[in-house]
Amino acid sequence: MGALDVDYMLGLVPVLLGYLPLTLQLASVGMVLALILACLFAVIRVLRIPVLNQFTIIFISFFRGTPLLVQLFLFYYGLPQLFSALTVIDGITATIMGLTMHFSAYMAESIRAAIVGVDRSQTEAALSIGMTNGQLMRRIILPQATRVALPTLMNYFIDMIKATSLAFTLGVTELMGATQKEASGSFLYFEAFIVAAVMYWIVVEMLSWLQGNLETRLNKAYSR
Amino acid sequence: MIELKGLRKQFGEAVVLDGIDLTIKKGEIVVIIGPSGTGKSTLLRCVNFLEQPTAGEITVGDLTVDVNRARKADILELRRQTAFVFQNYALFANKTALENIAERLLVVDRWPKAKAHERAREILRRIGLEDKADAYPASMSGGQQQRVGIGRAMAAGAEVILFDEPTSSLDPEWVDEVLSLMKQLARERQTMLLVTHEMSFARDVADRVIFIDGGRIVEQGPPSEIFYHPRDPRTRDFLQKILATHQV
Repeated sequence: MGALDVDYMLGLVPVLLGYLPLTLQLASVGMVLALILACLFAVIRVLRIPVLNQFTIIFISFFRGTPLLVQLFLFYYGLPQLFSALTVIDGITATIMGLTMHFSAYMAESIRAAIVGVDRSQTEAALSIGMTNGQLMRRIILPQATRVALPTLMNYFIDMIKATSLAFTLGVTELMGATQKEASGSFLYFEAFIVAAVMYWIVVEMLSWLQGNLETRLNKAYSR
Repeated sequence: MIELKGLRKQFGEAVVLDGIDLTIKKGEIVVIIGPSGTGKSTLLRCVNFLEQPTAGEITVGDLTVDVNRARKADILELRRQTAFVFQNYALFANKTALENIAERLLVVDRWPKAKAHERAREILRRIGLEDKADAYPASMSGGQQQRVGIGRAMAAGAEVILFDEPTSSLDPEWVDEVLSLMKQLARERQTMLLVTHEMSFARDVADRVIFIDGGRIVEQGPPSEIFYHPRDPRTRDFLQKILATHQV
């Protein structure tokens, strides 16, 4: 067993840090879009809006039932073959599309469950004092559903950050892609990938800390 | 004043309310009794459209609604004119006692926040829970939660408060404080329509007792008449059963 090249690892840190912003960007844009889509799907499912409901069920089933990598390849290599106008789709766009759809399918189900989980009698109480459906959603249901869904949604966000590493298979040089390039130049694979792993790890740990704080704040109303 | 004319409710084939005619004067306290499953709660829930009635006419204050021609705006207005107290309290879990009471004033009546909170505090004083203003429902006893539930109904300044078995989910130790609050409201001549199994409350407080069976009003009158001289055999039968298990 050879010794670890610590100097190489330290030198690699600033280089790889330069690619971290792209990784975070992929994840945050993907998360925001996925959240919007997931809320839309959840409301469609809860209200059972005809046609859209059936479409949503099939959409969720497909994107939960197939691997993310297969979906990314479909978007990046597959779609341009069918529709020549889509050849302009670059790796970054394809990654964001894939992450958005894949994770929105999962998140839609947790948001739906959280909405349905709010005690039905509170809905009746809100209606009985003359609230409209919109006021009921905004002021009573969604604040409580958010609290219930938050831990799961944060888990999906963490999962998504790690899933951005698949973008390197579409030729995107984010944290994983950059590490791969550095490692194949230096042949110091262990050193390179352990630096990348620690970076992912630190980002995820920071998020977990944030999640803990948020949960404490949202749980204030429910402790005895 | 509230008036129901020919109120019907069907769930599919099953007829739950079979043409209810009922007039309640301002300040009157009316208690509905009857076997379970005879549509007592459904009657209350039809008055403010928590259940959509099948046919009939509902008048609350100046507003008369034909249930088959009710528009969204009519239903909202009907709900503004009535208030509802639920068996399981149904407080908003994400809001404090104060906010639960103020919510309607803020959101439905669009009062400024300071004014709504001032009114909510006044109600908290009347229900004896001033010190619980900032407490969330999860930290309150069942009795306290139901008192807030009644406070929320009081905030509305509604024509009538509908009580749907307000003490049925309470542990026995909390029943008295809720009943005494309801008696206080009755002394203030708040118009009330109640479904309850508290026969002593009905006997002591109600102006009129209505016995419902099979979705129809079988018999009605002052409590002294219904409890001590019931005319209909079904009323007699029901009272015998219930008085055997409940103290009056």
